Amino acid sequence: MSVRVAEPASRSLLLQQLRAKTQARIQQVTDVHPALAGLLPDGGLRPGCAYQVSGGALLLALLAEPSTAGSWCSVVGIPEFGAEAARSAGVTLERLALVPNPGQRWLSVVAALSEVMGVVAVRPPGRVGPADANRLAARMREHGCVLLACGEWPRTEASLSLGRPQWFGLGEGHGYLTGREVEVTARTRHGLTRTTRLVLPDRRGRLAESRGPVAVDQPVELQAVG
Amino acid sequence: MTVATPTRCLVLWFPEWPVTAWRLATDAWDVPAAVIAANEVISCSAEARAEGVRLGQRSREAQSRCPQLRVIASDPARDEHEFAPLLTLVEQAAPGVQVIRPGLVALRARGPARYYGGEAQAAAALLAGIDELGVADGRAGVADGVFTAEQAAREADPIRVIPGGESAAFLAPLPIGRLGDQELTSLLPRLGVRRLGDFATMDAGQVRDRFGDRGVRLHALAAGADSRPVQPRTPPPELARQVEFEPPLELAEQVAFSSRTTAEEFIAGLAAVNLVCTELRVMVFTEQGERSERVWLHPSCFDAAAVIDRVRWQLQASATDVIGSAVVRVRLEPVAVDAIAHHTPGLFGQGSDEKVHHALSRVQSMLGPEGVVTPAIGGGRWLGERQVLVAWSDRPALPQPLGRPWPGSLPDPLPATVFPDRRKVDVLDADGVRVRVDDRLLLTGEPAQLVVGAARLRTAGWAGPWPVAERGWDAERARAGCRFQVADDTGGAWLLVHDADGGWWAEGRYD
Repeated sequence: MSVRVAEPASRSLLLQQLRAKTQARIQQVTDVHPALAGLLPDGGLRPGCAYQVSGGALLLALLAEPSTAGSWCSVVGIPEFGAEAARSAGVTLERLALVPNPGQRWLSVVAALSEVMGVVAVRPPGRVGPADANRLAARMREHGCVLLACGEWPRTEASLSLGRPQWFGLGEGHGYLTGREVEVTARTRHGLTRTTRLVLPDRRGRLAESRGPVAVDQPVELQAVG
Repeated sequence: MTVATPTRCLVLWFPEWPVTAWRLATDAWDVPAAVIAANEVISCSAEARAEGVRLGQRSREAQSRCPQLRVIASDPARDEHEFAPLLTLVEQAAPGVQVIRPGLVALRARGPARYYGGEAQAAAALLAGIDELGVADGRAGVADGVFTAEQAAREADPIRVIPGGESAAFLAPLPIGRLGDQELTSLLPRLGVRRLGDFATMDAGQVRDRFGDRGVRLHALAAGADSRPVQPRTPPPELARQVEFEPPLELAEQVAFSSRTTAEEFIAGLAAVNLVCTELRVMVFTEQGERSERVWLHPSCFDAAAVIDRVRWQLQASATDVIGSAVVRVRLEPVAVDAIAHHTPGLFGQGSDEKVHHALSRVQSMLGPEGVVTPAIGGGRWLGERQVLVAWSDRPALPQPLGRPWPGSLPDPLPATVFPDRRKVDVLDADGVRVRVDDRLLLTGEPAQLVVGAARLRTAGWAGPWPVAERGWDAERARAGCRFQVADDTGGAWLLVHDADGGWWAEGRYD
């Protein structure tokens, strides 16, 4: 069988097609909660990119939307992952795979998972070299996977952090936690910083838009059990 | 009506097979045991019988007769499984075996009798072969027809041969219950017919009028004219495979590597009869007679590499407790199989779940079976025991059901961080003295400081104590403690437990 050589005219056509394909791929962002969409550079999580996340509740909030939409998610290297809180936050546990203790081979584990998972959350046990991160990013781009790093990661698309938290519902010896208002700050690769105040978690363990402290600080309804 | 003349049959009977099967499976030989189905004893050991346990007794009555009785639930699969090696032995000695039920087989007597030089000799030869397996109390009966031979085996000690033509005389004194028919055995004794002989002398026409065709058949059986031929089974192809190591192997990797060919044969053997294995039993035997056995599941079907992985995981898992010496034999048995047609790869690629499974299995083969888990939420009061981690491709088994009230469990929002092992913390009052909860659930001081590791945090709010006490009746599993929620001044919030010994632990963190 002879290999057909592309004609110059069709070559430019091919190039155009390829560009359109890549563009479509890049524009295909994974949706996040509307309250977080405004913070992120593309209004969502871009496949093939890494995001740095601090705080367990924020991680759950980011996992919830893709998981509900039908993606598989996995969490690597976080043995204290709260599965029940994840369920309350909206993560589908049937499509969640945990690798609590990947040990030394965590990078190969993440690489293997990135081929099939929509979102992989990982807490790197040590410093990650830029070469390793690049290799992994190429693999993730190919398979359309998003990486959420709960720790230092080189060249992240954005880094999300929490600040000025305020808990509601606790008194001095009475009450029950009903929610937390917190400032979520996103610092993008280009140095842009956006901040918004959100309720994370709210009374049901989910992410919600802040409606002022009055909406949150209501007395707890007691539920009869037993 | 012409009745075919009964053929000479040889029946082997192993009394109380369900108990024997349980003993073979568990290797518990000296305890009195009884197998129970529908709350009635269906089989009991000789020790139990000596204490007064009888067939048909209710389990509670049997236990009152013999308090140390081991009550075992009936398991037909176990009976079959343990009977298979015996059957193989019998088939090696004489072909054409019909299995009437586990523990009872029939075969044509003519062939073995000619080969072994007599019917009694043939029966003795078959029983002697089975003695090697450790089943000593086999009985054999030879007579005209399967029914008569079975009755002969029941009367045997351990071999009884009823010469041709003497069936009727042999059967005559036996009770009518031996026919095993509910209707006749309850009705005939009330009519004064208590022996098979009495029934046999009744007029066949009248029996037909009253009991129909079934009655006629039983009438013929009682007269020793059992026209049923032996219907030998076709031995199924041997699907299980085993590999012996000579000299015995010490390392798990060696065993896994040496089992590779066997695993491939095992998969190929199944494929040859258009089957795939979905559930696999791996048995590992060692030099010192230890045995590790486990059933492994696969969400789709096993291939040779997956089988080898399971062998290696099982060796690694049991290396610490079960297995203490070198491995001499590995046996692979299919527990559940499926038609191969259901598992052929699709023409247009496979579903995304299939890909996920392959990736997770790959990670599993890197890290071991417990390396990849899926969480499931079960019942319980403590956060750690509510989230059950199920190894990938394993069957989820929740130790406690979720649907119960579980007083003391927490409502939303729940901590996003749940420590697998509680973390030691300390809660101090304003003077730096540890806060305690007394028997009346009163605090000795106001929590003012929280010590986590080296950090000393000031509290910004707290709530509690919420007592949780469970299983007070069980000294080993009883747990009690008081829960607190504490917010610190850096914006963290903690779920703390003050245990009965006065220690403080962090169960989870809201972050």
